[in-house]
Amino acid sequence: MSVLRPLDKLPGLNTATILLVGTEDALLQQLADAMLKEDCTSELKVHLAKSLPLPSNVNRPRIDLIVFVVNLHSKHSLRNVEESLHHVDATFFLGKVSFLATGAGRESHCSIHRNTVVKLARTYRSPLLFCDLEIGDFRVTMAQRLVRMLQICAGHVPSVSALNLLSLLQSSENPSLEDL
Amino acid sequence: MRRELAGDVGRAKEMDETVSEFFRRTILKIPMTEMMTILKTWNFLSENQLQTVNFRQRKESLVQDLVLLCEENRASLKDAALLDIIYTQFHRHQKVWDVFQMSKGPGEDIDLFDMEQFKSSFKKILKRALKNVTVSFRDAEENAVWIRIAWGTQYRKPNQYKPAYVVYYSQTPYAFTSSSQLKSNLPLLGQALTIASKHHQIVKMDLRSRYLDSLKAIVFKQYNQTFETHNSTTPLQERSLGLDINMDSRIIHENKIEKERVQRVTQEIFGDYPQPRLEFAQYKLETKFKSDLNGGILAEREEPLRCLVKFSSPHLLEALKSLAPAGIADAPLSPLLTCIPNKGMNYFKIRDK
Repeated sequence: MSVLRPLDKLPGLNTATILLVGTEDALLQQLADAMLKEDCTSELKVHLAKSLPLPSNVNRPRIDLIVFVVNLHSKHSLRNVEESLHHVDATFFLGKVSFLATGAGRESHCSIHRNTVVKLARTYRSPLLFCDLEIGDFRVTMAQRLVRMLQICAGHVPSVSALNLLSLLQSSENPSLEDL
Repeated sequence: MRRELAGDVGRAKEMDETVSEFFRRTILKIPMTEMMTILKTWNFLSENQLQTVNFRQRKESLVQDLVLLCEENRASLKDAALLDIIYTQFHRHQKVWDVFQMSKGPGEDIDLFDMEQFKSSFKKILKRALKNVTVSFRDAEENAVWIRIAWGTQYRKPNQYKPAYVVYYSQTPYAFTSSSQLKSNLPLLGQALTIASKHHQIVKMDLRSRYLDSLKAIVFKQYNQTFETHNSTTPLQERSLGLDINMDSRIIHENKIEKERVQRVTQEIFGDYPQPRLEFAQYKLETKFKSDLNGGILAEREEPLRCLVKFSSPHLLEALKSLAPAGIADAPLSPLLTCIPNKGMNYFKIRDK
């Protein structure tokens, strides 16, 4: 089983690569399309995967940011993300991983409690974003945000690093009980 | 003598009133946009008569005018029932349809089928049992006949406003009935159908839907069959290209092989063609508690554990078809979900063997 490491490859020239992991292909595809529509000075590459580990026989660029997409309507999608997380190297969690929970808008359809994903994100010390990807406007906003994050993670924004961003994002949220 | 005459006249007039009221209510049901089409299909009022009516006035006055024309033509209950059948044919999706399957006894040969004979014997059986019943027929496409039955009892006149509809395809063992409120008449209806169509036995299938045409496609196996995909001439890659055709080269699918497998499996199970339309499937589970560990309150329980799972969707089979490609479920799906069109059932009972 190949573990994904953040720095085992050299970066491509002006290239920023994001990896979206989630079971629901259509949602990922739409999010990827929205990201590519954003105006951005870096050259974006979006990789979509159902789960990790990734097939090892392919040559792929260095991955700068991994986003795990959890659909709150489906336990299957949460389990898939939990299992995929085992195939990510620990150093990735220094700011290059983020969780995205979708489907919170329709609470009656949710089969995963909000707290479950909050806990998951805390365990991995990574930011958690909420967004209903099925709604076009929300998706566009999220795409903008992800593109910005990706640029930082790829080192294309002077004087901000992924680790900087992580500490910024974490301090803005309420500290968890364990941190107190 | 005179009194008797007056009574007769009174009754005749009363009859007229109930009929014209039935006309009024039936025409009132028809949406304005379909009024002309339905009246023309009915073909009871002449072209000239229809031209005299102002179709742009308020619906109440239009209905009044039409009823007057019907009275002028000495329309009978039979004509009104026919109009009601035509309306129902246009609005068949508003009813929920059940499917009945009939079978012949061993050694019974296929008789020559005569539609007129079927109609008259069907009617006779119901009339004999109930005395008061209105049975009307309308021939439809593909050797089908639509039957409308307004039920009455020995002592009460038929209720024209809660009729049952039956669609029977001649020389086939299948009949479709609209779920009616009068469950007590169901055995009689079954009996009439079996005898009139010269069958031996009738069973209600566990198949129900609003979409009569889809039910028909399922029981007559007219929907796409799986074997067609195996000897299909288009190679798989070409067909699955449809999905990826407008793909940006900057988007890279990591699990392409897995994706293709899911697509192939789905295609093998569901085929290429649109699925028949159903809107629900129901699974009733009754099972005894089983455990390797002895004891516990559940182990001594005599009663089985019951569980009901219901799937509903505006288009259930298409929804199931897209589950795996959308990544919501693993491919292949459970055969319990995919056997619906093949088995011709969407109500399942799962019990211990």
